[in-house]
Amino acid sequence: MNSQSTKRSILSLSSDKIDIRYVAKLARIALTDDEVQRFGQQLGDLLEHVNVISKLDTDSIPATAQVVESRNVEREDEVRPCLDRKTVLSMAPQAQGSFFRVPRIIAEDG
Amino acid sequence: MSTVERSGVDVARAVNAREISAREVTDATLGQIDAVDERLGAYLTRLHDMARAAADRVDARIAGGEKLAMAGVPVAVKDNMCLAGTRTTCGSKILENWIAPYTGTAVQRILDAGGIPVGKSNMDEFAMGSSCENSALLQTRNPLDLSRVPGGSSGGSAAAVSAHLAAVGLGSDTGGSIREPGAFCGVVGFKPTYGRVSRYGLIAFASSLDQIGPLTRTVEDAALAYDVMAGYDPMDSTSIDRPLEPTFSALRDDLRGKRIGIVKEFETGKLGAAIDAVYKQAYRDLEKLGAELIEVSLPTADYGLATYYLIAPAECSSNLARFDGVRYGLRVEGNDVGEMYEATRAAGFGPEVKRRILIGTYALSSGYYDAYYVKAQKVRTLIGDDFKKAFATCDLIACPAASSPAFVSGAKSDPYSMYLMDYYTIPMSLAGLPALSVPCGSVSVEGKSVPMGLQLCAPIFAERELLSAAHAYEKATMHYKNNKLDVSLHRAPTGNLV
Repeated sequence: MNSQSTKRSILSLSSDKIDIRYVAKLARIALTDDEVQRFGQQLGDLLEHVNVISKLDTDSIPATAQVVESRNVEREDEVRPCLDRKTVLSMAPQAQGSFFRVPRIIAEDG
Repeated sequence: MSTVERSGVDVARAVNAREISAREVTDATLGQIDAVDERLGAYLTRLHDMARAAADRVDARIAGGEKLAMAGVPVAVKDNMCLAGTRTTCGSKILENWIAPYTGTAVQRILDAGGIPVGKSNMDEFAMGSSCENSALLQTRNPLDLSRVPGGSSGGSAAAVSAHLAAVGLGSDTGGSIREPGAFCGVVGFKPTYGRVSRYGLIAFASSLDQIGPLTRTVEDAALAYDVMAGYDPMDSTSIDRPLEPTFSALRDDLRGKRIGIVKEFETGKLGAAIDAVYKQAYRDLEKLGAELIEVSLPTADYGLATYYLIAPAECSSNLARFDGVRYGLRVEGNDVGEMYEATRAAGFGPEVKRRILIGTYALSSGYYDAYYVKAQKVRTLIGDDFKKAFATCDLIACPAASSPAFVSGAKSDPYSMYLMDYYTIPMSLAGLPALSVPCGSVSVEGKSVPMGLQLCAPIFAERELLSAAHAYEKATMHYKNNKLDVSLHRAPTGNLV
């Protein structure tokens, strides 16, 4: 993934195509060149299909937030049983002591 | 009728009456699974030990004088539902070896009612697909014609139920993932109102659409499983806190006084003469049962597919962000944490999941959010309003459950042609409505009979009306009795069976 692609706009207006490398960067998925080609084409085709909704006048229509009656759900802030730490850490690809272990996040000089 | 062919209702009755033990039913079902599932591929994981232990516990409870609604009923659990101690893969490499540490509410209620978990069933990866071909782990075939797909995403549960490898299959439906495989495999597939069944323990795909429901051979069995699973759950804040009306005890045999809407925009002539004839006959059968057919209009339903393919991917791109190689599932190492995320997700997700995450990320990204996501949520409002207007003049809506009968494996290589399968089921999902598919006949393709599904849809919370009407239709037509399992499924087993 080159850094140049991340600076380009998502939609290159001249070709009206998705900058698939930039979107993949946002989605945290490494793509092969073949996937960039294939997904770029397929997503472009799909966007053409979904663009039909732009024909509908929705200026005065509220966006759906929920489809059935719903209310705010509150509960007492009480300690309740939950998965124990050992179980949770046993599912992790790597754990150390009472922590998930991940690759370095902060550089030594930073 | 052999033990494995008995309905869930009949099994529960017989086990409660101590005519047969839960253990006997379980052993018969496990035997059938061992005999045919190598060729069918319904189950990703067989649960022989867990099933036998559960059956023995049920028999002990029955011996102790308890009555259990689903005593001894063999159940297939879709592999996106957590069942403590079992591998729960979502059909994905990213969760290929993940063991669920707890049991989801819907599954737990089934177990508490005496249901027996016989296996975890195959599915399109993360429930994204309409044929089960997107499973990264297993190919499932249609038990009525092994060259065809079982539908998806709950194709494993549909195939299992159709082939008598369970009486009840648990499925999840986001845009048609229970109803379409139900139609493809000649069984009943029922998606309740959004929020009726708790999603706690269901691995999320699109949270405003996902809903758990049963796949069964009869409507009675669907009602039985629904009555057990449905109801408020404090562990799912979107589950509906509203009294439940039992559906099973309210099933009727006729449709007198019911007004059934036939959707003008869903004219079945365009699906071809043979399919058109099946649906026209189904509508006439509804009329014969006493229903009054009324033409209704859903002018914006045609925009359902486009709306869905913005909203569902947007929600999935957010939900699937949790699979990052840190807390569970696959990790592929990288030089820093960013590389690790990207390599893990590249290796762990299959092409369809990647496509949907990418389209959803795009639709939610800066500069496009209003044009795509907000716009789609507005169109969703219009689609919901169309249904409200239609239900002002009718009690139920009848229409096709899928755009075609089960197709041959590999026939839909273009993603969009696969998406079109759910054209008739997506509008109901966007509106949160309860809907089901029930077998309504078959068409002959290359000398084989391929089943079709009639979709019935009701207003929000009208599960009782919906199941009652489907039961009346089923009882009068009995199309599921015409299902013929593919003869190759019965070939002498090559394995270590007796």
